[in-house]
Amino acid sequence: MKISINGVATEVAARSLEAILQENGYGDSRVATAVNGNFVPVSQRASCQIEAGDAVEIVAPRQGG
Amino acid sequence: MRWKLSRRDKEDDMSSFYGVELPTAFMLGTANYPSPAILDAAFRQSAASVATVSVRREAAGARAGEGFWRLIRELGVQVLPNTAGCHSASEAVTTAQMARELFETDWIKLEVIGHSDSLQPDPFGLVEAATILCRDGFKVFPYTTEDLVLAERLLDAGCEVLMPWGAPIGTGLGLINPYGLRSLRAQYPDVPMVIDAGLGLPSQAAQAMEMGFDAVLLNTAVAKAGDPVAMACAFAKAIEAGQLAKTADPMEPRDMAAPSTPLIGKAFLQ
Repeated sequence: MKISINGVATEVAARSLEAILQENGYGDSRVATAVNGNFVPVSQRASCQIEAGDAVEIVAPRQGG
Repeated sequence: MRWKLSRRDKEDDMSSFYGVELPTAFMLGTANYPSPAILDAAFRQSAASVATVSVRREAAGARAGEGFWRLIRELGVQVLPNTAGCHSASEAVTTAQMARELFETDWIKLEVIGHSDSLQPDPFGLVEAATILCRDGFKVFPYTTEDLVLAERLLDAGCEVLMPWGAPIGTGLGLINPYGLRSLRAQYPDVPMVIDAGLGLPSQAAQAMEMGFDAVLLNTAVAKAGDPVAMACAFAKAIEAGQLAKTADPMEPRDMAAPSTPLIGKAFLQ
């Protein structure tokens, strides 16, 4: 199915957010996630089912003011 | 340094931010430095006690965030994540939730921007987001204006710290509304307040501390200086000078001149 990952249209085979992170090379990276604008904590990634057209945001620590 | 605050002065003057007493009143941003090494040196040599950070999109396999996070952790300072760039309450709330997980802190510098040119806070979105985040256990540091009514609403929402702007972010204009800031300080004397954004020179930071603000937060003035490490040190000295001046009970200004040298005993030379 086709979803959006950080604004880029991406074809994924996995269904759970956790599996999609693995499938797309995030592995054990230190990242936080949101789906369709809602925060999904690490503890809920495995049970979070992604559907076609969903927008997944994956962020990491960065410099800031 | 010769003019260090005495321990007693420091205890009397020490401000607490959500129960945390910071070793210095200097909060420093981490963006736009020429290199990570210069960022590291600026923090270490200035003894800034808080580092502001952000969350941004991570490319697959990049692991770019990990090196930065390691650098910040090794500084041993308090981390204050921000919601920079958010233009709605819901966006800011989600960003804050992601930041809390990533940085393992419930401190959040809440920015809800309402105007693209001035980067002025959206007061309505700010109160809405602050209400949600305070209820969710966050310790909210709202980036706000000097508006007294907005301050009241933020305190009602559960904020225990206010961060009024000195001037719009990145301008370096200093304290452009001293009257408004003095009014805010006077209206809420017991609320810890941080002047956040708009400072360009150390003298402006000293002015903020002399006015009774509890800390100063800045980024661009240091990161974009020709020598960021020297500028960070200059700000640190100015902040300490302003803090010391405030505790030293400054004289009242007056309109008429008054000779400082006694006239008694002056030679009669006509």
